[in-house]
Amino acid sequence: MGLMACDDFENQRRGYRMQQVFKRPAALKDVQTHFCPGCHHGTIHRLVAEALDEFKLQEKTIGVASVGCSVFLYHYFDIDVIEAPHGRAPAVATGVKRASPDSFVFTYQGDGDLAAIGTAEIIHAANRGEDITVIFVNNTTYGMTGGQMAPTTLLGQKTSTSPYGRRSEKEGFPIRVTEMLSGLEGVAFAARTAVNTPKNLMDAKRQIKKAFQYQVEGKGFSFVEVLSACPTNWGMDAVGANERIGNEMCEYFKLGVFKNTASL
Amino acid sequence: MGAIEAGCRYYFGYPITPQNDIPEFMSREMPGLNGEFIQAESEIAAINMVMGAAATGVRAMTSSSSPGISLKLEAISYMAGMELPCLIVNISRSGPGLGGIDASQGDYFQAVKGGGHGGYHIVVIAPASIQEMYDMTMHAFDLAEIYRTPVMILGDAVVGQMKEPLIPHPRPKTELPAKDWALRGTGGGAQRIVKSLFLGDGELEAHNWKLHAKYQQLQEKESRWEEYETSDATLIVTGFGSAARIAKTAVMMAREEGLKVGLLRPITLFPFPAEAFSVVTEHCKMILDIELNTGQMVEDVRLSVARDVEVFFYGRPSGTGSLPTPEELLGQIKRYL
Repeated sequence: MGLMACDDFENQRRGYRMQQVFKRPAALKDVQTHFCPGCHHGTIHRLVAEALDEFKLQEKTIGVASVGCSVFLYHYFDIDVIEAPHGRAPAVATGVKRASPDSFVFTYQGDGDLAAIGTAEIIHAANRGEDITVIFVNNTTYGMTGGQMAPTTLLGQKTSTSPYGRRSEKEGFPIRVTEMLSGLEGVAFAARTAVNTPKNLMDAKRQIKKAFQYQVEGKGFSFVEVLSACPTNWGMDAVGANERIGNEMCEYFKLGVFKNTASL
Repeated sequence: MGAIEAGCRYYFGYPITPQNDIPEFMSREMPGLNGEFIQAESEIAAINMVMGAAATGVRAMTSSSSPGISLKLEAISYMAGMELPCLIVNISRSGPGLGGIDASQGDYFQAVKGGGHGGYHIVVIAPASIQEMYDMTMHAFDLAEIYRTPVMILGDAVVGQMKEPLIPHPRPKTELPAKDWALRGTGGGAQRIVKSLFLGDGELEAHNWKLHAKYQQLQEKESRWEEYETSDATLIVTGFGSAARIAKTAVMMAREEGLKVGLLRPITLFPFPAEAFSVVTEHCKMILDIELNTGQMVEDVRLSVARDVEVFFYGRPSGTGSLPTPEELLGQIKRYL
């Protein structure tokens, strides 16, 4: 007789009943992801899915996938999804939301997609105050294409296209997107979070929920940046990559709520 | 006006000459119709907004002029791949580059041969009058939904800005397929995905063959053209849009002089009315193609005529003062008769 059976027997004898306290969110499908070991996309997917579940949004959501590792949103989320061209997700989401204002609309974009090729689209969707939510996953590199330099790559960081480390005099400085967007009148909510520690993860969940609440209540454009690990392209193991977020990324990309117009 | 009668309530655009009349009109009309008008931050954003709106199943459109269409081609390729219906109006201007704002037909290749990447077609319609612009805009939305494809109205500064009588009429009743692909939230049902990425073994090839079959079906069923005095013509003049409009006057002048001249004007450029050319060239010996460029549609004409038919070309690439007169074209007709 195994240990579990013993516990079950003991529980029954004492009149306890088993209760499921942790399960897959309904908004996520029961499939394996293609993400590398130590990658945070799966974690962030889960937080987004939990928030969708908690607001009961799954059935009225239209997700906008972007180009990069995040493109397979539709493989993992059990929601309607449109796959936007590279960087264009905020414009596509604008069209979706304007034509279907009762739908819950979010984009899920990486830093290459949002902060380089899609700079114009994110700034203007934010500035119009579109009633959408943007989840911005910042891992300081182009993950899908093999770890090239991104607009958010830290100074000195070596990537496949900055083999000697990013130099400010040639490649400029890492863009702090959340701070930049917070300066726009159209932005209702903007926060930067991370998922490298349990505490940060719980906070990321809170901020994602807040951002969703903004849209649910029709209070305008909401934005959550999530600092995320890309161990494969950073050339690190999962633990080392997780530590880099706290030691290096959080130093330059400060966590916090930068805008919260409705004080939710 | 045609778009509004066709039920389009979502317009996304960007200012560029000579198409500005369209966004200005739409910005005035849409609020009163409970529609949406957005002057986007770029041509690229505008067409991507069309993509998003179209994915929810509504009738959406954008308009632009040549350099703006070049910027939209990325998303047009995506929408061809995603099989999303929409209307794109190109009131084309002259090029290449910034070119000029005169009437031009330099965008035939871009419109008809795909333009963007990946080997696709969209339906291209070239009206030659305001009435036809109105009628074909309504038809364009129907075709877009029936075939799940972007449709382009290709005009120029002449058909885009001229003033002439229009008889408005209700949108024709057309049987349209159910939009079982449109994104509305699952509502507890099956997930719907609108995408153009196909990575599975054989998936993309199958998708391309499906698109190819659609293009063939369009070719068989949906080509349109106008014929004028072709039955006894020795020489048939051809051309599209504003060039054909000028050419028609020249053909009328030639008929008054007793010359056996007719006109065959493709209204749809894709699908190209190849069959019509094949039929008329069984009895006529010569075709004279007139375009406001140095020769683009003429390639499709040459591929469509019966054997032993001579195809001549007269073109004026556009620029200020380059629009040919009917007299000039009559002179060209007489060179061959």
